[in-house]
Amino acid sequence: MKSLRYIDDVATLVLYEEKCIGCSLCTEVCPQGVFEMHMQRAEIVDFNACMECGACVKNCPVHAISVTPGVG
Amino acid sequence: METDAGPVPVVKSDLNGKDIISTVSVRCGIRRHRYTVSPGLYAVGSPDRSSEVLVTGNFKLTFDHLRKALGSVSAWILVLDTKGVNVWCAAGKGTFSTMELVRLIRDGSLEKIVDHRRLILPQLGATGVTAGQVRNESGFRVVYGPVRARDIPLFLQNKRKADKTMRQVTFTFLERLVLTPVELHMAIKPTALAILVLFMLSGIGPGLFSFQGAWERGIISIGALFAGLVSGTLLAPVLLPFIPSRKFALKGIIIGSLFATVSMPFVHGGADSISAMASLFIFIVMVSSYLTMNFTGATPFTSPSGVEKEMKQFLPVQMTGVLVSAILWIYSAF
Repeated sequence: MKSLRYIDDVATLVLYEEKCIGCSLCTEVCPQGVFEMHMQRAEIVDFNACMECGACVKNCPVHAISVTPGVG
Repeated sequence: METDAGPVPVVKSDLNGKDIISTVSVRCGIRRHRYTVSPGLYAVGSPDRSSEVLVTGNFKLTFDHLRKALGSVSAWILVLDTKGVNVWCAAGKGTFSTMELVRLIRDGSLEKIVDHRRLILPQLGATGVTAGQVRNESGFRVVYGPVRARDIPLFLQNKRKADKTMRQVTFTFLERLVLTPVELHMAIKPTALAILVLFMLSGIGPGLFSFQGAWERGIISIGALFAGLVSGTLLAPVLLPFIPSRKFALKGIIIGSLFATVSMPFVHGGADSISAMASLFIFIVMVSSYLTMNFTGATPFTSPSGVEKEMKQFLPVQMTGVLVSAILWIYSAF
């Protein structure tokens, strides 16, 4: 979210752009608006909003995303 | 109601007095671990073979929240066994899972109840569910609905399309405020233990130990403890966005220092000892810092990596601070 921000540059989120097939599931499941689709590929538009919940990792059909999620 | 797969219980979409009372008490942490509904299929309104299937967990607060949000919409509700935990936490823990969903679909013979092959999942369930895998194993396609149940009617009206606002989690003043009773409830046991320790510490003085000292000085130190509690479990969560610093431990120090200054006359009005006041001040600030840092576990925007970073930085500070405070407190008795 935009208004409440946490510590910058600590998230363990990685998007392997070359693997992305453009299904846009990551943009649907992310609760913080980290991803957006640009030219039929997903892009990270707000890295520091990532809370490492792992929803994107769980739903990407080609395993193009990795995160070290916390204990939940 | 009767279906091709057997009888399905019908639930109302308005909550009665008993539901509301238990909602309030569970929000205060009372019987929070046994507030469940039985997993399985339920009907709201009068759903038919084309009605949507909404999936949720078996925490009764969640279940009530969902059926209330549906209002006049008729739908099927598929309740997973999340051990009485809400959807998002259960998803993170692995109980709101692909496997559990597939099991319920199979056990409930869902394919006999509806003609379509669609499941609407709360978006926050995505942390525990792989949409593609559900389809492969059950034949049902997962559609992720909005974050908030209250957006479901509009989501369904818009042909199951969610806008950007529906897909983002918020943490408003009210959403923060409603968490404070549970934070306070969880502090009860540690506080009781701390009170015992404070009495013992406060009795140390000239003549080794004095019960009068333990009582008189103990009360004052407990006052400081409560000031730290108020700061860390009430003020910090409620004022969260207004307190400077990204790190919660530091937010706790800032609000703790302010509140310690304001509350000192009440905690130790007739104080003439600098070491006593310094001890109490530091204690309030450290308790506030620790409790505020603890609040990261209840916020929807903190990353575990970030929490780990600030814990590594501030736990030593908090422990040292409490130690210094203890030494000063004992010193001030002489």
